[in-house]
Amino acid sequence: MSLAERTRRDFPILQRVVNGHPLAYLDSAASSQKPASVLEAMTRYYERSHANVHRSIHTLGEEATELYESARDAVRGFIGARAREEVIFTRGTTEGVNLVAQAVGRTLKPGDEILVTEMEHHSNLIPWQMACRDRGARLVAVPVLDGAHLDMAAFDRLLSPRTRVAAFTHISNVLGTINPVALMTQKAHERGALVLVDGAQAVPHLPLDLAGLGADFYVFSGHKMLGPTGIGVLYGRREILEELEPAWGGGEMIKEVWIDHAQWNDLPWRFEPGTPPIAAAVGLHAAVEYLDKLGMARVSAHEQALTAQCLDALAAIPGVSIYGPRNPEIKGAVVAFNVEGVHPHDGAALLDQRGIAVRAGHHCAQPLMKRLGIVGTLRASFSVYTTAAEVERLAAAVGTLQSEL
Amino acid sequence: MALYGDLIRERFRHPRFRGSLAAPDASFEDVNPLCGDRIRIECRLVDGRVADARFTGDSCAIAAAAADLLIELALGEPVERVQGLGAPALLERLEADIRPSRMKCVTLPLDVLQGALDGKEVAR
Repeated sequence: MSLAERTRRDFPILQRVVNGHPLAYLDSAASSQKPASVLEAMTRYYERSHANVHRSIHTLGEEATELYESARDAVRGFIGARAREEVIFTRGTTEGVNLVAQAVGRTLKPGDEILVTEMEHHSNLIPWQMACRDRGARLVAVPVLDGAHLDMAAFDRLLSPRTRVAAFTHISNVLGTINPVALMTQKAHERGALVLVDGAQAVPHLPLDLAGLGADFYVFSGHKMLGPTGIGVLYGRREILEELEPAWGGGEMIKEVWIDHAQWNDLPWRFEPGTPPIAAAVGLHAAVEYLDKLGMARVSAHEQALTAQCLDALAAIPGVSIYGPRNPEIKGAVVAFNVEGVHPHDGAALLDQRGIAVRAGHHCAQPLMKRLGIVGTLRASFSVYTTAAEVERLAAAVGTLQSEL
Repeated sequence: MALYGDLIRERFRHPRFRGSLAAPDASFEDVNPLCGDRIRIECRLVDGRVADARFTGDSCAIAAAAADLLIELALGEPVERVQGLGAPALLERLEADIRPSRMKCVTLPLDVLQGALDGKEVAR
C-alpha cells in the first residue's frame, strides 16, 4: 500500500469535487491540506480548554498553557533541537526572517554585508534588503548556475570577514534544489558569519537534525507541513538567542517592567510578545504527531518517487520546459515547468477546469525568474496524500494545454 | 476545457494591435504584481484624440485580449474619454466571466494606457 492510499482518507478536503472533477491538489508547496486530527485538536481546544496562556491562574488557563508549551516540546523533538528554549513560535516563515533581520539588523554597521542567494523567496530577501537599507550595509547574492544550482565557487568568494549573516534556502520553492546547507553553514561559520536557513520547503519533506546542522537560525511555517496557518517556528541556537536583543516588545516577553525600562523574560518567551497563536500551536502539535507517525524518511521517499514520475512524464510532452535539477534525489517535492505558447496563469486556469490545482506565476522569487529569463512558471508540488494517479492526470492535461488555448 | 470565451482566444491568437510605434507621443508600461507580467502601450495623438496605439508584452490570454480590445475601443476617441474609461466597459467587450483573481489581467492594460495618456514615468 502506498503512503497516499493510507493517508488520503485522513484529509477531508480531498473528497471535494472541483469543476466536475475530483480535486487533484498539487499545490502543497504553497500550503498543504490538513488531516482531520489537526482540525479536531484545534476544535477540541477551542471547545474545552481555551483561555490565555501563562498567567491565568485557573483550570482553563493552565490547560491552555500546558497545550501550548507541549506543542513546543513536540516541535523540538521533530526538528532535532537541543532545547525547548531554542523553539520560538512565530506567525510563519516570513515573520521568522523578519524577526532575525530586525534583531540582527540593529547591530549592522556600514560596510557590513548580508549574503543571500538568487533563488531566495522574497520572504528571505526583502527583510534583508530593509535591514541593509536602514544600516548602510550591503546585500550580496550568490548566483544560480545552469538554472538549477548555487554557484558554490561564488559562495566561497563572496563570503568574507564583512559577511555578518549568510541567509539561504534549504530547498528552493521553485527549482526544488536541495542546497548543501551543512557545508554552507560550516563555511559561513569559518568566516564568522551567522547563518539563517529558510526551511519552509524542507521541514515538510525531509527528516531534520538541526542540532547536527549547526545553523544559527532555521525558520519554517506550520501550514506547509499539514498544520494550520498563522503559526511558524524560528529555531535559534541558544547561545545566539541569549545574546540577541528582542525585535519586538509587549506583554509576555518581559520579566519586570518599570516606567522607563524593563528586564527581558527568559528564552523562548523573550521573542514571543503578545498572546501567541495558541490554537494554531495545538494544531501544529497534531501535525507533527501525524508526520512523526508516518516517518519523515518514508514521506521523503514517497514524495521523491512522485517527483521522479512527474519529471519523466512532463519531459515526454512536446513543448514543455522543466526548471531545476532533473535528478529527483537532489530535488524537493516541486516541479516547475512551462508549456510553450501557454502563459502560466492560462495554464493553471485550464488545469483548474479539470479539477487540478497547481501554482502559477513568479512564486515570490522574481530575481530567480529574471535569472531564468522568464516571467513565471507552472508548479506542481506534492505531499503525503498525493497519488501517482494524480500526477498522471496532470501530465495528461498538460499535454492538451496548447490545443485548448 | 473551454475556459475563456471565443473572443478572448481569438484576440490572444490573432491580435490586431500588437507591436510598437515608430515615434509614439505617449507610452507607459507597468507590471501585474500577481504574475510579474509587463504590458507596454504606445500611442500617437492627433488633435487630442488617440490616432494610433500598439501594445507589447508577454502576458496571459486575458491581458493580451484586453489590451487588444482596449486599443480598438480607444482609437479615434478623445483623450479625455479614454481617461474616463472604466473596467466595466472593457469587461463588456471581453464577453467572458472574469474571476476576481484575474481582474488585474483586465485592468492592467487600462491602467497602462491611461498612465501613458497621463504622462506617467516608468519605474525601474
